[in-house]
Amino acid sequence: MISAETISADKFVVENVSRRGFLQGVLSASAFVLCVGKIPLLASAARIGAPSEAADATAAIGASAFHPSLFVGIHSDGAVYIVAHRSEMGNGVRTSLPRILADELDADWTRVTVVQGDGDGAYGSQDTDGSHSVREFFDTLREAGATARLMLVRAAAQKWGIPESQCVADPVHSVTDLSAKRKLSYGDLAPLAAKLPVPRKEELKLKSPQDWRYIGKPAPGYDVAEVCSGKPLFGMDVRVEGMLYAAIAHPPVLGGKVKSLDDSATLKVIGVKKTIPIDPFKPPHAFQPLGGIAVIADNTFAAFKGRKNLKIEWDNGANASYNSSAYKKELQQSSRQPGKVVHTTGDPDSEFAKAGKIVEAEYFAPHLAHASMEPPVAVADVQGEKVIVWSPTQDPQGVQEEVAKALGLKKENVTCHVTFLGGGFGRKSKPDYAVEAALLSQKTGKPVKVIWSREDDIKFDYYHSVAAMYLKASLDDAGRPKAWLQRSVFPPIGSTFDKDAVYAGDGEMSMGWNVIPFDVPNFRSENGQAVAHVRIGWLRSVANIYHAFAVQSFANELAHAANRDPYDYLLTLLGSPRTLDVGKQGPPGTNEKYPYDIARLRHVAELAAEKSNWGKKKFGKGAGMGIAVHRSFFTYVATVVEVEVDDQGVVRIPHVTTVLDAGIVANPEMVRQQFEGAAVFGTSLTRTGEITATNGAVDQSNFYDYQVARMNDAPKQVDIHIVESTAPPAGAGEPGVPPFAPALCNAIFAATGKRVRELPLTRNGFS
Amino acid sequence: MVQVKVNGQQRTFDGDPEMPLLWYLRDILGLTGTKFGCGMALCGACTVLENGKAIRSCQKQMGTIEGLNITTIEAISNNGPHPVQKAWAEVNVPQCGYCQPGQIMQAVSLLSAKPQPTDQDIDDVMSGNICRCGTYQRIRSAIKQAAKETA
Repeated sequence: MISAETISADKFVVENVSRRGFLQGVLSASAFVLCVGKIPLLASAARIGAPSEAADATAAIGASAFHPSLFVGIHSDGAVYIVAHRSEMGNGVRTSLPRILADELDADWTRVTVVQGDGDGAYGSQDTDGSHSVREFFDTLREAGATARLMLVRAAAQKWGIPESQCVADPVHSVTDLSAKRKLSYGDLAPLAAKLPVPRKEELKLKSPQDWRYIGKPAPGYDVAEVCSGKPLFGMDVRVEGMLYAAIAHPPVLGGKVKSLDDSATLKVIGVKKTIPIDPFKPPHAFQPLGGIAVIADNTFAAFKGRKNLKIEWDNGANASYNSSAYKKELQQSSRQPGKVVHTTGDPDSEFAKAGKIVEAEYFAPHLAHASMEPPVAVADVQGEKVIVWSPTQDPQGVQEEVAKALGLKKENVTCHVTFLGGGFGRKSKPDYAVEAALLSQKTGKPVKVIWSREDDIKFDYYHSVAAMYLKASLDDAGRPKAWLQRSVFPPIGSTFDKDAVYAGDGEMSMGWNVIPFDVPNFRSENGQAVAHVRIGWLRSVANIYHAFAVQSFANELAHAANRDPYDYLLTLLGSPRTLDVGKQGPPGTNEKYPYDIARLRHVAELAAEKSNWGKKKFGKGAGMGIAVHRSFFTYVATVVEVEVDDQGVVRIPHVTTVLDAGIVANPEMVRQQFEGAAVFGTSLTRTGEITATNGAVDQSNFYDYQVARMNDAPKQVDIHIVESTAPPAGAGEPGVPPFAPALCNAIFAATGKRVRELPLTRNGFS
Repeated sequence: MVQVKVNGQQRTFDGDPEMPLLWYLRDILGLTGTKFGCGMALCGACTVLENGKAIRSCQKQMGTIEGLNITTIEAISNNGPHPVQKAWAEVNVPQCGYCQPGQIMQAVSLLSAKPQPTDQDIDDVMSGNICRCGTYQRIRSAIKQAAKETA
């Protein structure tokens, strides 16, 4: 809501600024600054004649407002304000997170206004990736709500002069005196509650799940009406008084530098003000700008047109020798050689030496670009020692840090306002584009908006890694694997932060590679080295994509070799219900909270088979179904894809069935959306997703040569089934993606007999 | 000097005639509901109505729009949301929402030409609009719902 974005925070926090120790240090008193700042969206909204409801909201917050924590404020008229401190990029956090708090508060959701939190370490991590939002903040948000509720109850008890035990927060948004049947509204109680001490955590009484009002109940997106009416919510929409526009000519090859520049034609373009060089980065590139020449203009088009007219000679540097076709062969070659051992069970080498049936296969998956619909964009306003940044960012604290570093300022002097993100998928947790805006604002003395074109976005991404995988299994007479070897080789994400990094990090290995959920007595996973020549980053579900593609395709190949039904065989591979020793899987300490439970993985597979009519549905020529299972971000997923392939190799996907077990689900509607979307995202990467490079420069540039699924390519019907669970909440944004590619490729094998071992499908005669 | 009507208001433009309508709307008029996605008419994020019919505003140069009547997402809801916007909300279509103004404008255009579109009609017309979040199946349902409600 516009109004939510524009509440003047210095009024918002009022007396409670002086309060200390909210939520026992989870939220420190300094966090109050989170709400302070300029209000760009209001400014632009006012200019285009939007109603000024925001101004009213500001005026309505009086000095008696009650703030039991950073996350929530209650005004004497009963209006409740809840902070969403994570980034909204279609993941639904502005709905799901505040509803968790509102539930424990017993607040009326229709009276809740969601306020977007600025970047501030006091919130804890705001880096909205890794499918963290609900699982990391579920408990904290519940405690914040319960704290506020308890203070309101105590306020009522005090006012009536009765014991606290006689008061309940019921009906919604009020406290009732059980004996006298009288009640007070939250608004009435807010001024009194504001004066009470914050209760200790041990005093809180969290609600039982059966009493939840909102958690686990489907709710539509909080911002749907605003989004559908074209309100200025996104980073691309930010307008600040006196703002200049910038487009940047980046070096076409990573590490390139400007050799010579002729900007005479550029300076003749109507609206162009000047050009400004941006220094090349010092390795490792990390989140530093790529360097190049910025064209400063008084509108976006002039900046783009001016950039087109630049004559730049580049010194492309060492990466100019990078050609993705030759590189692919190198990776494949490495994948055939022994690599660094990641995890071993039993003695696979001895087993391979015995007389089992050996099956081997190689898989390959290319680089991918994120291609969020809103390209990277940021506005920065440097005023002396202070900077204000408005950015669609997944990581506002990262923006603060990187901008401060680049400008030689203190992190706390950088304010980062988080706008809506027109998609993120991992790209927007890298703040290089915000740093560009800050550098240019510093140099021009004006607020500057840096806008990346689609070509910039695709050519200068932090790419999802290219990977080559080799798998080998030895089967017994019943077709079961007695030994299994898997080796993956890819330039690691670590190369972005350490120029010498060539081996995968623990995180990448934990993504479906160090262990597999199959009952194989002798197992070894390995990783080979690879040097990066482009920026490597994380993309929705990261290394799970290529690892699940290889493992789940190979499982299907083994089923074929054993002459078994792929689903039955998958259950055989999964084996009996048990807890898998995951080694390094997941962040430290989470093994206990999130054990790898094979029973849950089996259950989603069984349910997916049932819901998709596996084995019962009859298919004609060129049609069939495929299944894959994968656990990532602690969520268990099984996907069945139905496919139709015509004589020309055109692939159609009439139906997808996805079953997931993500533990407790905060908002099933948002989770459904994420998994529906994951099937489309999976379709894009499987059918056409491929980034290649020639002489160090990326070949693709826009949606004609980097195609993503359109309505007529996308699965026609995606059915999502959510397993009811009392396990702790797990991830939702990413886990739908990994099983999709193997499920689709397994379906294509069932339909055509043709095995896809290299993505995308367009490399295999399909389209 | 170019005369154009935007959302019912007469406007005059005397800047670079090569400037696409998209950037005129966004940067000059501050009508940022119309989005930038590709600049090549490949994604549909910039869709507006020209005399009631969907066009890609990133391809319409200001020098060529004399006398046209342009409607943007900001002007389709007069007394409450447009039936298409209403259906979009009821089906809970948006995820990130960035492409949705363009999708909605395309759907408005489709329904005015074909009030009762078939699935094939919907696929044919809407496949020019990319949604990277993958809301296509909900877009299809929302269009059908809007068609039903306006029937």
